[in-house]
Amino acid sequence: MHVAMTVNGESVTAEVEPRLLLVQFLRDTLNLTGTHIGCETSACGACTVLVDGDAIKSCTLLAVQADDGRITTVEGVAAQADLHPLQEAFLERLALQCGYCTPGMLMSALALLNDQPRPTEAEILRAIDGNLCRCTGYIPIILAIQDAAARMGGEAPPPAAEQEC
Amino acid sequence: MYPRAFDYMAASSLDQASQALSETPGAKLLSGGMSLLPMMKLRILSPSMVVDLGKVPGLDAVGVEEDSLVIGALVRHRRIAADDAIAQHAHALRQAAAGLGDTQVRNRGTLCGSLAHADPVADEPAAVLALGGILEARSLRGIRRIPAEAFFIDAFTANLSGDEIVQAVRIPLSGRGEGSSYQKLGRQGSHSYPVVASAAWLRIEEGLVTQARVALTGLSTRPILAPGVAETLLGTDASSSAIGAAVQKSTDGIVVLEDQYGSIAYKRHIAELLTTRALHEAARLAR
Repeated sequence: MHVAMTVNGESVTAEVEPRLLLVQFLRDTLNLTGTHIGCETSACGACTVLVDGDAIKSCTLLAVQADDGRITTVEGVAAQADLHPLQEAFLERLALQCGYCTPGMLMSALALLNDQPRPTEAEILRAIDGNLCRCTGYIPIILAIQDAAARMGGEAPPPAAEQEC
Repeated sequence: MYPRAFDYMAASSLDQASQALSETPGAKLLSGGMSLLPMMKLRILSPSMVVDLGKVPGLDAVGVEEDSLVIGALVRHRRIAADDAIAQHAHALRQAAAGLGDTQVRNRGTLCGSLAHADPVADEPAAVLALGGILEARSLRGIRRIPAEAFFIDAFTANLSGDEIVQAVRIPLSGRGEGSSYQKLGRQGSHSYPVVASAAWLRIEEGLVTQARVALTGLSTRPILAPGVAETLLGTDASSSAIGAAVQKSTDGIVVLEDQYGSIAYKRHIAELLTTRALHEAARLAR
């Protein structure tokens, strides 16, 4: 099957088997290995990417379903070499340890902040409900997303003393 | 995990999709894919052909026709949870959609797909049952309107033939004195498959209940109406004592099955508790 889509702003075309999953298309065909494969059963969210702006699990979408779509992966979050404010906040707030869930967390957080620039803690929890992290206990991740929201809104980040890890 | 190989068709119309389903033994319809794709990856299902509804135009609308809210085949859970008309006319359905799966699943999965899949513990079917929903099954032979109470036959078995597509679900517009509610106990926290859930819908006229429906999920092999509660409530004032008496009949006539999430006695207890909460909220909204 022929597919054509936009991935991180670039047009991509390819011939794929119908059973090829979007995550495999991104990783194996396009060599964009930032999107991780975790559980492969739609539970963990490590494979989260944006399709037409919505966070979806790329292990549970066929590449052919994304035909004509606009895909953003973790490689497309930052402008060139600079980190995105979300990535800076994750780094500074120690919102990652092993880092396996991080690409998916970043994509879910980005979709949230695009929709809701100043989310409440409850909205953050709801947005990352489909992303499992087995290292951090989530609190640094929530703080990092709040911090990124403040940075993106041009405010000073909340004090680091709030961190409980 | 790769699914077994299959042929793929991105249908451009419902008629084309229905024709492909009728001509191809072992073909399956794909809408959001939140149930079908995991089953294919686990090779529980290996369809010969996947007929994708995703690009059929005009299926993603929520509209009003005659006396019903009409929700199209590609309306996703996220929209159900956020749509103003659904909040106004189908509060219980909004609650069920808002509390199912996770963000990514709600972004992709569809109401009509969930109904057609007929998972015995899915959230939305009980809400559609309580709200008196009607499903529109479309094929090249025409459109069949199926009341929700005649739609769910057994676990993963809906009243659909192989070439029929749920093109929409119709929910009666909510009038004065009507209210509904969906309450569940999740397996792990609030956003997960229910252990048990209860959906209630009431009409209260001049202080008295004139119509009621309660639907339960997680008890049986399908979401099921609980007629005992509804009948007991008729003619009462839906006060705490009237609700308390009615919910004791929550599981009358229902063969309750135990599973790893609870014994029969536990599930009956939770069904009564959740039905109490659902009736209180529905009555408050109706008044």
